[in-house]
Amino acid sequence: MIEKTFIINNRLGLHARPASLFVKTTSRFASSVKIIRDGQEIDGKSIMGLLMLAAGPGTELKIVADGPDENDVLSAVGELFNRHFDDDIEGE
Amino acid sequence: MITLTGVAASDGIAIGQAFVLEDEDVAIPRWEVPKERVKSEVARFRYALGRTKDEMVAIHNKALKVFGKSHAKLMDAYLLILNDPFISKDVVKIIETTHVNAEFALTQIIDRTIKVMENFEDEYFRDRKYDILDVGHKVLRHLMGHEKKTLQSILEPSIIIAHNLTPTDTMNLKEGLTIGFATNIGGKTSHAALMAQSMTIPAVVGMRDVTSRVRTGDPIIVDGHDGLVIIRPDAATLERYKADQHRRGEAERRLEDLRDLPAQTTDGHRITLAANIETSDDVKMALSHGAEGIGLFRTEFLFLNRRSSPNEEEQYQSYRQAVRASFPYPVIIRTLDLGGDKLPMLGVSDVSPESNPFLGLRGIRLCLKYPEIFKMQLRAILRASTEGKIKVMYPMVSGLDELRAANAILQEVKSGLRGQQVPFDESMEVGMMVEVPSAALMVDILAREVDFFSIGTNDLIQYTLAVDRVNENVASLYQPLHLAVLRLIDQTVKAGHNIGNKWVGVCGEMASEADLVPILVGLDIDELSVAPSAVPRVKEVIRSTSYAECARLTREVMNASSVEAAQRILRLFSTSRIAQQPRPAVS
Repeated sequence: MIEKTFIINNRLGLHARPASLFVKTTSRFASSVKIIRDGQEIDGKSIMGLLMLAAGPGTELKIVADGPDENDVLSAVGELFNRHFDDDIEGE
Repeated sequence: MITLTGVAASDGIAIGQAFVLEDEDVAIPRWEVPKERVKSEVARFRYALGRTKDEMVAIHNKALKVFGKSHAKLMDAYLLILNDPFISKDVVKIIETTHVNAEFALTQIIDRTIKVMENFEDEYFRDRKYDILDVGHKVLRHLMGHEKKTLQSILEPSIIIAHNLTPTDTMNLKEGLTIGFATNIGGKTSHAALMAQSMTIPAVVGMRDVTSRVRTGDPIIVDGHDGLVIIRPDAATLERYKADQHRRGEAERRLEDLRDLPAQTTDGHRITLAANIETSDDVKMALSHGAEGIGLFRTEFLFLNRRSSPNEEEQYQSYRQAVRASFPYPVIIRTLDLGGDKLPMLGVSDVSPESNPFLGLRGIRLCLKYPEIFKMQLRAILRASTEGKIKVMYPMVSGLDELRAANAILQEVKSGLRGQQVPFDESMEVGMMVEVPSAALMVDILAREVDFFSIGTNDLIQYTLAVDRVNENVASLYQPLHLAVLRLIDQTVKAGHNIGNKWVGVCGEMASEADLVPILVGLDIDELSVAPSAVPRVKEVIRSTSYAECARLTREVMNASSVEAAQRILRLFSTSRIAQQPRPAVS
């Protein structure tokens, strides 16, 4: 089991599109993925769970992966954060 | 005639006939599923999921064709909601353990999610509940064999009246046939509202029961400015709105015509009208609105919401892009203006929280305390300066020592670059923001060390009057027309002009307020930098007044016996100016 902390860095936070990108990415892997924010824990492959987190810009998220490809999941997730979730500017 | 109020979601006036979409809210039946039927109930649910998925894939493909990738991505999110463990697993679990029908089980899960989301403080996230509701409704429709009358049946230009317009619905809106809409639910940032804004059609949302008050074919007015829907308007109201609509059309055309004209008063006094931007992508939009360059490039956005500060190369690329896009006009880059609370994002740990951040470590103070961050930014700016015309300015300077310290670092960075034979613009202008009263009072001395000044009115007013305008207890004391504020601006301009003829601009909100612009002109401000969207309006104000009038107005306002009297004088001036020239309706 490995974990890593990230800070939401795109303009509007994990709204529908970035959240879906996240879930699509984690769903490609066999490992289980959990997201923990202030003690609240959700399934990292559930978009509804992600939306319910309401993670706005600057939110700190701990991501825990557990399984055969746990390292790959985390590096794929890290890549999403590096790319700011490819978020184009949508509204102010 | 009935007038209903809601939330203004997209500006404009639509006049036409109503097309009422069938109400989404259907009563959810509940029945007990006998043990032996549980399996087939789950199968019924899975079948409905499959049908919903087919429907969404079809919409997705259509969206891709018609609206492009970003809207299709939204349907992607819908498909993910449909496949979500909450729905694919938990609904089935409820059916299996509590022996209820699929409609009821699904509604329970949706309701539970919505309840959590309704409590969000962030409006944007709160409004995302509509996405989940939309998916839920689709599945319910397939479960219950209930098909919605689609927007496809609209044949003539109509105003759509609906309980809610979902992304699916808005994608089905026919260009040209939808001239406006009103919905029962939704907030300012719900999908429907954002869509209306991007389609620039008037819309009012959150009207609660508009669907039950309007019938298809009713003549109707949607006032997206005041958030009103007027059903079966009487002749006088209709006339008034028609005139308003006409005026808006005219005003828009007139503002467009202004784009390539100079910001010059009727008696030939020329003002530089520039725009404030947050990312290099905004430059194009600013220039297309008629801005003559960028008067304030806030670089904070580059630094925010990320784990580590952008490196020199990334900053260089951003500044370079901005200066190239703005060419031949200049770009004024303001160095990092962050508060101490953002230090962790810059990779500085062990910062103690401040009890009064507005009087704490922010702006140039922070940069001087952590010079490495500052040097990196200056290097990136200098390197980009060969690509066009860059000017740099420091925020939050409160006195001479800070200014000298900042300039010393700039010199150090410059000689470093010279040593490495990296080219940069040796004559790059250096300026400072005037937003702390102590700086405004010392401009005659500071002017010897800079090339220009830019007044940040928001902070200058806040610090001068000791008023936090977000604090509703004192917000009314935030007065741009306070004599102390006007005197500080006046003094800054005079001192700047007198000592070495340094130019003085205003980049705060005051410059964007049409009513206040004549005063800034009268105070001899050389440059106004405003939000890109405000450029045409400000230009119109400048072009419709004379410098002599502005100067007289400013004298009168500064001699007024009270702020209230000053406001009265200004109001009188604005109304007489408006009377001379037809302008868009303002309320």
